[in-house]
Amino acid sequence: MLEHYLSLFIKSIFIENMALAFFLGMCTFLAVSKKVDTSIGLGIAVIFVQVITVPVNNLIYQNVLKEGALAWAGLEGVDLTFLGLITYIGVIAAIVQVLEMILDKYVPSLYNSLGIFLPLITVNCAILAGSLFMVERNYDFGESIVYGFGSGFGWALAIVALAGVREKMKYSNVPKGLRGLGITFITAGLMAMAFMLFSGIKL
Amino acid sequence: MKFLRNFLDKQSKNFEAGGKFPKLYPLFEAVDTLLYTTGKVTSKGPHVRDALDLKRMMLTVIYALIPAIIMALYNTGYQSNLGITGISDYEPTGWQQQFFMMLGLTFDSTSILSNMVLGALYFFPVYLVTVVVGGFWEVLFAVIRKHEINEGFFVTSMLFPLILPPDIPYWQVAIGISFGVVIGKEVFGGVGMNILNPALTGRVFLFFAYPAQISGDKVWVAVDGMSQATPLAQLADSSMHLTYSWWDAFIGLIPGSMGETSTLAILIGAFILIVTKIGSWRIMASILLGMTLMSLTFNLIGSSTNPMFAVTPIWHLVLGGFAFGTVFMATDPVTAALTEKGKFYYGLFIGILVVLVRVVNPAFPEGMMLAILFMNVFSPIIDRFVIKSNIKRRLARNV
Repeated sequence: MLEHYLSLFIKSIFIENMALAFFLGMCTFLAVSKKVDTSIGLGIAVIFVQVITVPVNNLIYQNVLKEGALAWAGLEGVDLTFLGLITYIGVIAAIVQVLEMILDKYVPSLYNSLGIFLPLITVNCAILAGSLFMVERNYDFGESIVYGFGSGFGWALAIVALAGVREKMKYSNVPKGLRGLGITFITAGLMAMAFMLFSGIKL
Repeated sequence: MKFLRNFLDKQSKNFEAGGKFPKLYPLFEAVDTLLYTTGKVTSKGPHVRDALDLKRMMLTVIYALIPAIIMALYNTGYQSNLGITGISDYEPTGWQQQFFMMLGLTFDSTSILSNMVLGALYFFPVYLVTVVVGGFWEVLFAVIRKHEINEGFFVTSMLFPLILPPDIPYWQVAIGISFGVVIGKEVFGGVGMNILNPALTGRVFLFFAYPAQISGDKVWVAVDGMSQATPLAQLADSSMHLTYSWWDAFIGLIPGSMGETSTLAILIGAFILIVTKIGSWRIMASILLGMTLMSLTFNLIGSSTNPMFAVTPIWHLVLGGFAFGTVFMATDPVTAALTEKGKFYYGLFIGILVVLVRVVNPAFPEGMMLAILFMNVFSPIIDRFVIKSNIKRRLARNV
């Protein structure tokens, strides 16, 4: 059992890295990776949101939305999966709101440095993808916690690494036309190439 | 030699501002500094008084590569001679072998001359393509962006052919080195500003773009259609038997990429790099440590289905690109971690990842190049954490 969770965890971090294998959450990945400190903060926020939203959505999916899941309420054969997308987004939005309030109250410096990007986590595709992959792969509750943590951690790892590279790139003399996002895209592509190291590992 | 200096001095006014070819100044400057040490001195501080400039550093790496290059020539020829003599009534294919016949030599794997010449016929065209195409990009960027062409490209262009299989088509060599030089290095601003090792970037690009010509069993021996698995592939596949001894692998008489097979030649290079302090012994030692720890762990775990679990560290050392990557690729001062402690972690993780990929990743038999690239990506962040913890420690000491 533990081994199964461990392999799922490793898989979600490295082999199916949200940012560098699926290219999800690119907007924040590219925009908030200028400084390592900010990106660590955002990474932690993503891990946090992911760990909460994926299991919560899992509970909703398994007990309400899935075909036949409403049997406990006497409604057999009801299939509410068409409500999935809007439900997951709603749950994510609500949790991000709560997280925002908590950060504002207790960690104002992080709150300020994240700025607009914290509310934007709501529409970060990596977060939504976490929930959708969970549904598609039919994870149970325990797996969804591990997957939420793993996928969030993998994304955080990628953005911190990119931020480290970008900080080092301050000393680079990038051609004018490529400065800013252009070179960041190239760097992200090269990083994805390096992450191919893990592609093909079967766990 | 005086007349050469005079000639260059006389020509220099043509290339300076207001001369005939001011655009080509980087080219002139490159030739000049290659032949003579530059007369320029820094006029403002800070001054570093050291005879070791970039040029000398890069040339030392080239010297350290010489044993590996000689073995690359010998082994490439040896492997294909061995393959050819195994076939009765062999008809030479490819211009290399026809040219070889025209020279009046015979395919004979016991003759050093025959091996060297045949190997050279495979190695040098690849090298030439690398230098011409890569050099073209270097000069183009130097002219347009007005920076100097420097000796970093010599090392890249020497390393790149050494990590390619002998049978590789020349157009792929050209594409690979173009990708490595342009995307891997020049878009970041040139030598010293890149994130990933340019030679490895080109190699990895080729590996994913044209897997048929750079992996598998058919590419390692320069004989048309000849299938010969590398020892690593033989070990990974339980239906094959290992046909090479440890000493074969150590000396380098095994199929593989041209320059990476001979651990002995690479160790000589490592000795040169360590003695001259060009290459970091910390990185090499920690890669070795990571590799040993990880492979011993796999030895302990054991597996009934995967024969790679049983491969001992002493074998991992001599197989594939491990030695070459450890000595020449991972120690690249630009892309490796810069702090001493960071170098240790950087190397340790490379060692761990290589064995991990070799053992548990069925997609690639070898993981050295990707492991190094992977840690290149993470080296800035390792440095950062090392520096941060250092600052914290010192602050705590001085409170």
